[in-house]
Amino acid sequence: MFSNTVRRSLSYTTFYLRPIGHQRNAWLTSMADQSVQRYNSNDTNHVHHSKIPPSPTWQPVKMTQPTQVPGEVVDKLERLALVDFQNQEGVECLEKAIQFADQLHSVDSAGVEPMDSVLYDRSMYLRKDSINEGECAEALLQLSNHVVDEYFVAPPGNIPLVKNEER
Amino acid sequence: MASHQVSRALREGQLSPTELCRKCLNHIKRTRHLNAYITVTEEAAMKQAQEAEMRLQNGTPRGPLDGIPFAVKDNFCTKDILTTCASKMLGGYVPPFSATVVQKLLDQGAVLLGKTNLDEFAMGAGSTDGAFGPVRNPWSEAEAYRQHRGPEAQTDWVITGGSSGGSAAAVASLSSYFALGSDTGGSTRNPGALCGLVALKPTYGLLSRHGLIPLVNSMDVPGIMTRSAHDAATVLGILQGQDMLDATTIPSPPGQTDLPEDFDIKQITVGIPQEYHAPGLSSEVLHQWCRVAELFEEAGVQVRAVSLPHTQFSIVCYHVLCCCEVASNMARFDGLEYGHRSPVSLSTEAMYAATRHKGFNHVVRRRILSGNYFLLKQNYERYFVKAQQVRRLIADDFTKVFSSGVDVLLTPTTLSDAATYQDFMREDNRTRSAEEDIFTQPANMAGLPAVTVPTVLSSRGLPIGLQLVGRPMQDRKLLAVAHWMEERLGFPRISFCGDEETGESHPWAEREGTMAGA
Repeated sequence: MFSNTVRRSLSYTTFYLRPIGHQRNAWLTSMADQSVQRYNSNDTNHVHHSKIPPSPTWQPVKMTQPTQVPGEVVDKLERLALVDFQNQEGVECLEKAIQFADQLHSVDSAGVEPMDSVLYDRSMYLRKDSINEGECAEALLQLSNHVVDEYFVAPPGNIPLVKNEER
Repeated sequence: MASHQVSRALREGQLSPTELCRKCLNHIKRTRHLNAYITVTEEAAMKQAQEAEMRLQNGTPRGPLDGIPFAVKDNFCTKDILTTCASKMLGGYVPPFSATVVQKLLDQGAVLLGKTNLDEFAMGAGSTDGAFGPVRNPWSEAEAYRQHRGPEAQTDWVITGGSSGGSAAAVASLSSYFALGSDTGGSTRNPGALCGLVALKPTYGLLSRHGLIPLVNSMDVPGIMTRSAHDAATVLGILQGQDMLDATTIPSPPGQTDLPEDFDIKQITVGIPQEYHAPGLSSEVLHQWCRVAELFEEAGVQVRAVSLPHTQFSIVCYHVLCCCEVASNMARFDGLEYGHRSPVSLSTEAMYAATRHKGFNHVVRRRILSGNYFLLKQNYERYFVKAQQVRRLIADDFTKVFSSGVDVLLTPTTLSDAATYQDFMREDNRTRSAEEDIFTQPANMAGLPAVTVPTVLSSRGLPIGLQLVGRPMQDRKLLAVAHWMEERLGFPRISFCGDEETGESHPWAEREGTMAGA
């Protein structure tokens, strides 16, 4: 079921499918029989429904060239994120994630207002600006690995992270 | 059996809450190899069951869930109970409060059995990427799959889907009557479909997120996993509603919470979004999609082909928004106030970096780094704002279809039935999530209610689910349609090899017959 065929079809669909003229649901594949999991017409339980397209309907998307992430950006990201890429594979994973995201640029979104919440058209409840909980300092301090009296203890601050020379 | 049937048996005194709780706890022990639970709260559960028993004996039950055992995904905070998100980062974290949804269930007398396994911080679609190891799909041990695989079935098990795989396995293996999951891009519906459950992602804002450790704030919702639409409606009725502790909650719609009794399916218009025949859809899922569309038509329901033109970009848009919010949300884990802390003490930043390196797995780290990249000043407009614009186009597609008179959309939930663990692990997490969430994340983008309903077992003996997506706040109508499907499809109950010889292994399988008839 979850065969390599399925996976291949997903990763290569964008590269290998081209619509034939303006015919809907008609596709030309350059990797015959490999890139698309077709509806199996030999299926003895074959049921077709007129409202359900018999083959995939996704439109081809031109994939951009992979973005090379330069060393100084890698370094900057590690400082901002306070996690490391660990190895070249980690950087390559970011490059693939960027290439995947680049598909967005084939959508025309000129003049569309960005949406940050699905509740944008509702008036939300706002509580009164008054304190109605608290008195839980002790319970919270107990969760920390290092406290002195009522303070969380951190190592010395204002020292920038050393550069990752290994990379 | 479904929880409403057990509920009746409890009230009628045919079964006691302590007896039921003990059986579930024993069953958890017998099915430990599924790895469904991270923490089992045996002692507290028995105490809660005893309290429920007192109430039932006195004839003062708190509601339909009094004495019913349930499980909670381990990314909901539970007072005095370890909460890990399946991450080393939260090693030893015992929250001083409970999530609103958990508290509401406890207040109803439901009995908490334990906390369930997941992908670390709910980032994944297999329940294979957590600090406590992968979850096994109970259907890999059921008769149908064993017969299909032959001797190989012993070693060759299938995944539950994710990220709420532990909750799905708990309900599917019959150790828990219902469970809470969370759903950001399909994390409740995906494992629900692969484990043969009814799994609901409610309208965004209908259920409180207070105490749910956030992944993507603008998309996260608590999910409800049950064995029937009826049960899902019961749990939804209890959990929904505005919460002063979550400013993004909205008041429940007026009226009853139970499934409507006078529901007329002929009044419904079903839409078939053409773009949901995505590349990679298996022929068996396609077949079920066609079959159920036909069932609706035969019943006199209007079934219409509709278009949601931006569907194929939804997964890309989700990928960008998810990474960005993850990068921001994960900033809170620094080792200072709670959770894992590295002994490195050179500087604050060095301690943070060392803590986060050790605490997060590579999936989480990579999403954080990608998110930081998309949020860099020079990339912010190009990726983050662009994705937010595309999000609106996706949400508008749904609005247009619903305002054209469509009530629910019928789509596949997943591309295929569950993959074997070996097959699933061949690709990296990012690629897999991009495949697995194709049909589920658009509902999160638009904040819509969506439910997966089990249809049949595939030729491999594994569940195939279909998804219904509804209008905002129409969760109850959605479940009524799910119930209608359920009744016509007659999805089989799980049956394990050797059930007959060892009646002991599932003590209530036999009771089930008597109680369903009661």
